[in-house]
Amino acid sequence: MFQIRIHGRGGQGVVSASELLSVAAFEEGKFSQSFPSFGSERMGAPVQAFARISDEAITIREPVMEPDMLIIQDPTLFNAIDVFEGVKTDGYLLINSSKTPEQLGIEDMTSQFPENHVITIPATELALKYIKQAKPNTVLLGAFAAMSNMVKMPALESAINAKFPSRIAQPNIIATKAGYNLVMQMLSKAQEA
Amino acid sequence: MLHQMSGSIAVAKAVALCRPEVVPCYPITPQTHIVEHLSLLVKSGELKNCTYENVESEFAAMSVCIGSSATGARSYTATASQGLLYMMEAVYNASGLGLPIVMTLGNRAIGAPINIWNDHSDAMSVRDAGWIQLFVENNQQAIDVHIQAFKLAEALSLPVMVNMDGFILTHAITRVDLPDQQQVDQFLPSYVPRQLLETAAPLTIGAMVGPDAFTEVRYLAHARQKQALSMIEQQAEQFEEIFSRDSGGLVKSYDAEGSDIVFIAMGSVVGTLQALVAELREQGQSIGILSLRSFRPFPVEAIRSALLGTRRIIVFEKSFAVGMGGILASEIHMATQGLSLKINSVIGGLGGRTITMKSLRKLVELANTDELDQEVFMDLDFETVNREIKRQESGQSSGSTAENVLRDMGVLSASKTH
Repeated sequence: MFQIRIHGRGGQGVVSASELLSVAAFEEGKFSQSFPSFGSERMGAPVQAFARISDEAITIREPVMEPDMLIIQDPTLFNAIDVFEGVKTDGYLLINSSKTPEQLGIEDMTSQFPENHVITIPATELALKYIKQAKPNTVLLGAFAAMSNMVKMPALESAINAKFPSRIAQPNIIATKAGYNLVMQMLSKAQEA
Repeated sequence: MLHQMSGSIAVAKAVALCRPEVVPCYPITPQTHIVEHLSLLVKSGELKNCTYENVESEFAAMSVCIGSSATGARSYTATASQGLLYMMEAVYNASGLGLPIVMTLGNRAIGAPINIWNDHSDAMSVRDAGWIQLFVENNQQAIDVHIQAFKLAEALSLPVMVNMDGFILTHAITRVDLPDQQQVDQFLPSYVPRQLLETAAPLTIGAMVGPDAFTEVRYLAHARQKQALSMIEQQAEQFEEIFSRDSGGLVKSYDAEGSDIVFIAMGSVVGTLQALVAELREQGQSIGILSLRSFRPFPVEAIRSALLGTRRIIVFEKSFAVGMGGILASEIHMATQGLSLKINSVIGGLGGRTITMKSLRKLVELANTDELDQEVFMDLDFETVNREIKRQESGQSSGSTAENVLRDMGVLSASKTH
């Protein structure tokens, strides 16, 4: 079972991201589950959402305590809450930021991860470019697919198409691909180096 | 057909497959998405011959259900928490009049203190209201039990409440198999009312019953619930024949028979317990779960026979009777009289507190060494509690407990309440 925890703030599409992930995994014939951290959600407040992907039926209902993949949609959360709580250091870390982990001051944590398991990408900038909104979720989903290979791009695309009307889905699919391509480039560059 | 969708949408679609004719609704979280989606289905024409009524309150929602059900219309609504309390008088009337209304309860705590999260306080507040109360562990069961609920309600002429954990199930997006209309039609015949208000043959229902007959009428309500015991099992079998899924019944055993330790619980926590029990059984522990699917009627015989050979039961519940303790635990005590069992009552998950594998595992570890208290409030912060008790005993005017506790925990800052 692969467990994902997404941190962000109300309005950034954190809950939608976990839903899209679970639907994409379902499309590929896997069992999956997604749910938000239940609170009085409001714009700007810290929000978490969870997803699980497995080849077998999932019965567990506890929030994801030990994520294999942590997606941080808003790096200002580092100062607000312990986003790293319980994270498996052989897992993956995906952060929405144009800065490196060193510049973000989190290298103590990130250095514990295997090579290429920690990636920062400017997802909000890409979202502004492609969907004209500061919603980094779909860019990060593409990046997630590239990093983890837990879902494939056609399934993500189909999940986005199922959730949104075409005028919203289309730019988000482009944003997802941008996230995917950027991470693939980063990974192949790292391999060359 | 398989879908990946939220529990709320799945329930709305399942209810629509049951062809309700009147759906009066008043939204309250966490059931709002159910009634919103039903309104969409009516508006789009997908759900035909159905009057959707956006009423002014929960009291009105149940009152409309009573009126429409009495005139022979299949009637459905949904509520939660304070909404259920607000319709309470009509809730008792619906069962007392013997009207086969189906209602979803998106289980949620009751205030004060105000809390919008999941527990079973709302369901337990109506445990004596005369409704059949069924619980589901997951969203597949939520679909399947709603379909069975209409059939059961109409066969018995009694209202049925389907309890599904608010947020944990209503808001969870999981894989579900949504039956097709043909299957549902095959299982669920059209509604033939036991009693009918119609202008062609005028009559009244709901007569005043005095001391001479009240006991008899009330006893008959009790007898009808007992009748439901066998009917719930029969319907689960019929359901399985048509839908090829075991999805109902009074209790569901997960390795309970003959296990040393058995958890007894209701609702979604059974899913987490399944994960724990799988882990513990792999380590060689003799442990299982008895999931209580019908709370009213209370399946005494089914529980007793599932527990033959068990040494200890841990009753886990998400509510309690203040001043007494576990409600389910009390009933289990009564139901298991004469069996030689140790019974631990665990109260957890109150007001949405996360139920972790870690805390559940700890219960079993303590049980293994016979150190588990008879009554446990799981993950209770005793230090905070004791500080507040001290404040109250100080003789000063110590202020509001809720605010004091929040301030103590650093959730509420500075400002004083008095």
